[in-house]
Order: sequence, then C-alpha cells, then structure tokens
Amino acid sequence: MSKIKEISANDFQKEVLESNIPVLVDFWAPWCAPCRMQTPILEKLATELEGKLKIVKVNTDENPELAANYQIMSIPNLLFFKSGKLEAQFIGYHSEKELKAKLGV
Amino acid sequence: MEKKILPLIVIGGGPAGLSASIYACRFGIQTLLIAPLGGGLASSADYVENYPGFPQGVSGMELVNLMKEQALKFGLEMAYAQAQKVEKEGNLFRTLAEETYLSRAVIVATGAEPSKLGVPGEDKLRGRGISYCATCDGPFFKDKTVIVVGGGDSALQEALYLAQLARQVFLVHRRDQFRGAAYLVRRIEAQSNISLRLNTVINEIVGEERVQGAYLKNRITGKEEFLPAEGIFIYVGLKPNSEIVKELVKLDESGAVITDEKMKTSHEGIFACGDVRASPLRQIITACADGAIAALSAYHYLNQEK
Repeated sequence: MSKIKEISANDFQKEVLESNIPVLVDFWAPWCAPCRMQTPILEKLATELEGKLKIVKVNTDENPELAANYQIMSIPNLLFFKSGKLEAQFIGYHSEKELKAKLGV
Repeated sequence: MEKKILPLIVIGGGPAGLSASIYACRFGIQTLLIAPLGGGLASSADYVENYPGFPQGVSGMELVNLMKEQALKFGLEMAYAQAQKVEKEGNLFRTLAEETYLSRAVIVATGAEPSKLGVPGEDKLRGRGISYCATCDGPFFKDKTVIVVGGGDSALQEALYLAQLARQVFLVHRRDQFRGAAYLVRRIEAQSNISLRLNTVINEIVGEERVQGAYLKNRITGKEEFLPAEGIFIYVGLKPNSEIVKELVKLDESGAVITDEKMKTSHEGIFACGDVRASPLRQIITACADGAIAALSAYHYLNQEK
C-alpha cells in the first residue's frame, strides 16, 4: 500500500500545518507526465524515512484554490513544511539523489 | 565485488532506447535498459499526430508505454535509475547509476532537454510562470494570457494546445517565417486567440514572485513593447543530454553525439541514437529508426568481438 496519503484542502491544516514531523507536499495532477516520474521516487523516500518525514500529495485539479494559495504554476512542485512553516520549495522533476541532497537526508 | 558482465546496456527510456531494446532483444542479445521512470520528452507530448499508424493521434505517454510493453515482451530487463556517467574499463564499459553496471557495449539514448532562452528573469521565474512544458503547466493558465516563444513544430503545437486553455496566446518568433509544418502554421493563423509577433525577440522577462510580462523587441523596426502575461512557454530548440559520455565520444558544437549512419560514435562499442545524436530531424520516428540501426550495429559489434 502506498505510504503517501492523498489529501485535500480540507485536511491540509491538520495533515501538514499541524504535523509534528516535517512534511513534504507533492502537488501533482493526472495529466502531468513528470509527476508520474516523480511518484515512485517519493514512494521510496516515504518508506525509507517513515516516522521522520511525512509525504502527502495534493491533486491540483481537485484543489485549485490550495494550489493558487501556494502560487503553484508548474508541477511537479514539492513544498517542504517544518512545524507548520514553509521551509523550501522544489520545482520540477527531482531524481532521488537530488531530492535527498536538498532535504539533507 | 564485481557484478556480472552484460552484453548490452541501453541508457534512456524514450522511443530511441526502447526501439533499440526491442531490436536488440529480438537479435537475442541480453539487454538491460537504464532509465529514470517516465520516458523523457516524447512522454510529455500532449498529442503526437505525425507518428505513422495512429491516424487519430496518440498521447506521447501512451505511445511510449506501448513501446515499453513491447520491449518487455521480448525479454528486456529494466533498471529504473539515472545514469550518471559511462567509463571505460579495459574493453568493457562501466555505467554509473545508483548502482554500477558492466557491459561489453553501450547504446546511448539519453535524449535532449529544452534549451533555455538565455534572457534576464528566466532562471528566477522558472516554475513561477515560465515553463518548458505546456502539457505539464498549461492548465494553470486557464483564461490567462500567455506568451509562447519559438517557431518550430513544438512551439506551434504547444501554442495551439494553450490556445484551447488560455484567453490569449502571443506567439513570439525571431524570424519572419515559421520553421514548423505548414498545416500547423495554417491552424495557428486560423486560431482567433493567437496573435503573432514575428521578427521579434524577448529581451527580458519581468516579475518578482511571478511572471508579469516580457519586454519584446522587433528586430527589423527596432520597436520595443512590453507584453503583460501570466505565463511564458519556451520552445527554442533542444540541448542534447550527452554529459554522461562527453569524455569518451566526439560531440558537435551543440553538444550532440556525432555518429555515422550506423549509429557508431567515435568510440568503438558505444552507439548513440535519438535526440542525443547529431541529426537533421529530431522526431519520434527518427528516434525509433536510429534505435533499430544502433541495435543492429551493437549486434555486429558483439559478434565480431566475441
């Protein structure tokens, strides 16, 4: 089963902003090919870093207002939150190596 | 601990690499394809209309997935990884990815990526209104104004795609005529919400948090204008992904791998096919044809080398 939970605008506050561990939010959409390339890498990371990093995904088609709030204009787009604060943003496809380097894991 | 030696490694999972794999597997060569998940540029094409056999058109992703299915049917093994470098080791090749692989021959099919325009504001605003993939980012510009830069098939095709979503599309091209196919040009001209800016270059892209517009200059009249826009889509050619073999094979001035008509590079045992190769046409069909020839050449090389 996937370790990555699909969330919506309704549970963003609880799942991301109030999380007690850091959260990586994957903004994606079904029509985005690079997003499909990104998914298996995130799945791997979610398994490896279970308990240390939470990864969730937001479908931008279904949550356009949430995407607009964070000024998402290009996907894949990964937002990194720590203690409810936006710490970093990674735009575009990232390989496992690049992502790990940027996350410092 | 050294790993087993494979006869052939194909690097790159787009149409070139997959075609090479289909042919190599059918020649009876045990083949490993190393590619990140996905399928490169072709996969991101919303709609492919010029690949024979698909009169209704086909999405790039679907076409690449079918090719992959076909290759796997003939026994292709795949490793999902990003190849970093190819090195020589005696008469073998070592491919460095997340793991290391040894093979007797290598087919490089690493493709190309979109070139940058090279103007101020471009790097800063990437992903904040600047995009190189209309299929990926187009829907964020629904009912907005966008600028498309370029004059080839890709630029025209993406401008037509964006015209269905955006309120207004400006197509900026530095020459007085498009390089793209005539039927695409006719469709562009018939599209009421596409305005042309020919003989025009972009001098600067403006915006802080997001793109606000671009400064344009007409190359003939010298007239400058500021075009307000939320999105800018750049299609000004391709940059070959040849870094992984640049120390082993000859490249041309654009960075493309130089091959002969048999897809042989300047280094024996290394073959190249598809967009990474210096070629007059970079299309899915030429990538596939290149791949088939590269596989045949690898087959001859492996037989004679035995």
